Amino acid sequence: MNTTLTTPATLAGRRFRPGFWTAVFGVLFLAFCTVSVIRYTKGLGAVTNLSDQFPWGLWIGFDLLCGVGLAAGAFTLTAVVHLFNLRRYEPIVRPTILTGFLGYAFVIVALLLDLGQPWRIWHAIVYWNTHSVMFEVAWCVMLYTTVLAVEFSPVVFEYFGFHAPAKFIHQLITPLVILGVILSTLHQSSLGSLYLIVPSKLHPLWYSPMLPLHFYISAIGAGIGMIVLESYLSKRAFHRHLEMDLLEPLARGMVVALGIYGLMRLQGIARNHAFGTIFDLSYEGRMFLLEFALGVVLPVVLMSFRRLRTNPDWLVAGAFLAVLGFVMNRLNVSITGMEAASGTRYLPSAMEITVSLGLVAIGMAVFAFAVRTFSVFPEGPVAGSKELPRRG
Amino acid sequence: MGMGLLFDATRCIGCGACSSACKEQNKLPGKVEEVLTAYTWTTVQEREGLNVRRLCMHCEVPTCASVCPVGALKKTPEGPVVYDAERCMGCRYCMMACPFEIPKYQWDRPVPVVGKCIMCAGRLKEGKPTACAEACPAEATIFGKKEDLIWEARTRIRQKPGAYVDHIYGLTEAGGTSVLMISNVPFDKLGLKSNLPGEPPAMKTWQVLSNIPDFVAVWAVFLYGVHWITARREEVAKAAANGNGNGRNGQGHGREDRS
Repeated sequence: MNTTLTTPATLAGRRFRPGFWTAVFGVLFLAFCTVSVIRYTKGLGAVTNLSDQFPWGLWIGFDLLCGVGLAAGAFTLTAVVHLFNLRRYEPIVRPTILTGFLGYAFVIVALLLDLGQPWRIWHAIVYWNTHSVMFEVAWCVMLYTTVLAVEFSPVVFEYFGFHAPAKFIHQLITPLVILGVILSTLHQSSLGSLYLIVPSKLHPLWYSPMLPLHFYISAIGAGIGMIVLESYLSKRAFHRHLEMDLLEPLARGMVVALGIYGLMRLQGIARNHAFGTIFDLSYEGRMFLLEFALGVVLPVVLMSFRRLRTNPDWLVAGAFLAVLGFVMNRLNVSITGMEAASGTRYLPSAMEITVSLGLVAIGMAVFAFAVRTFSVFPEGPVAGSKELPRRG
Repeated sequence: MGMGLLFDATRCIGCGACSSACKEQNKLPGKVEEVLTAYTWTTVQEREGLNVRRLCMHCEVPTCASVCPVGALKKTPEGPVVYDAERCMGCRYCMMACPFEIPKYQWDRPVPVVGKCIMCAGRLKEGKPTACAEACPAEATIFGKKEDLIWEARTRIRQKPGAYVDHIYGLTEAGGTSVLMISNVPFDKLGLKSNLPGEPPAMKTWQVLSNIPDFVAVWAVFLYGVHWITARREEVAKAAANGNGNGRNGQGHGREDRS
């Protein structure tokens, strides 16, 4: 067939060459499916290292806490563009919303594996317990995933040529964004609130009555870091250019968020009189040092220098450190900080790690498919193999 | 105040009749294990030369009931904290949150539920004592009204000074429990948590959760306000630019120009 009217970009989008990363994805996907089958037929004990002493592991610490947190770029950026009216950031809104949506989808799939009886997930809608943080978490996941899907839907509508619904959603964008910011604020903080109830179990380096605020502000910092990282990965994969004029000021915002967060963490430790436990070289102390030095202090210092922020390599390094620090923090809260009280050591099993990696791979594959198919980036669908015209 | 159990560690002979009776009463498979599991709801452990029972403490304000998103765990007026397996979706937040580390999970089953002592809630309804109290040959575990049990515990401690630690475990721990314990050895040496706050942990989250409706309203107004101001600024700037040409540029427009 001769379709001369297709734009070059769309045409290029059809061209898909399987390579090394496709093979990696295939292997991870198959492994993920295999573990899922074992998990549903033999139970959680057959695939995880979870136990009565340690009921929450990697799937909560990484998949849930990090999946939600790293989606925080979406509400931050939609607020910047649609509420603070800084329209010049518009070109990176769509990929950020897509990342956010995939982050939440990632969380839901992980929950379907981690819940003992996932087929009862709808119980949270029917049976209410407003005293439960988990109840708040469940509702935020449901509602905000919906908001993200609606925010992204115009991209899909446009693709199929349905302009009326796309226009309709565009008119609703302000209330939609406000709803999204409120739900995100509640959700990000509620993940910290989950741990408010274990003052006698969570190590004083991480426990604080301010945990909800710690989680909220660090998610904003890491969410911005993810925007930069996602732009960088897209640049690598699809030969795009890095929008330095947009990412550099965002990195400034990241410094502010991480700076405030770092001070709050230190205040929390002072309040718990726990500074001594940092330098006694205990397991928790060393993990804290690693998390705080590498994931908070270093990116704040590096990104404070304009010269480093405006250099693409350093900018990406700073963003990577912020995201790494965020992931380390969530794992420390959910695993490292809970180990001493539980009386056991928990190390995720190979199958648990496989599931988490498999989910990351699926997320990245769906992202790649979406940007090849839809107009996620300002220049339209992108190709993996072709140099594209630079945006003006 | 409801009913409760009083366990006196100085009287327990470690025969395990309570654990066996519990298995039978609740139709739990397998033999009695040394630690609590989803299939062993109570067990007797040897610590410091004493025999100590492990079982759900049946908190007055149970942390497990407060954290359960679907309300599968509930405190009944009679005293027991009961579990509705039909509602539970298996998030295991109760296990994570319980200050006494009581709820256990069926890790070996594809359709798992939580297992924990329910203070024979069914028997209580019939006016009977718990199976464990009925089975105890040494009266180490006794069943009764909680206020009577507190009285009994105080009397025992007072009548034999020095024979007991002067503390009733469960009177204040985590806000108080329906199961009380007395002993002649400090409780932390018996493997019982001694660092528990006197306030129910559930209060810590409720302080945050109860503020959500107010927070949502304020945050929504604030966010809309921000939007209104920035949109209005843009309008004004546009009108100024169209109307009187170069009159008022250079004022912060909330929007940086990009050429």
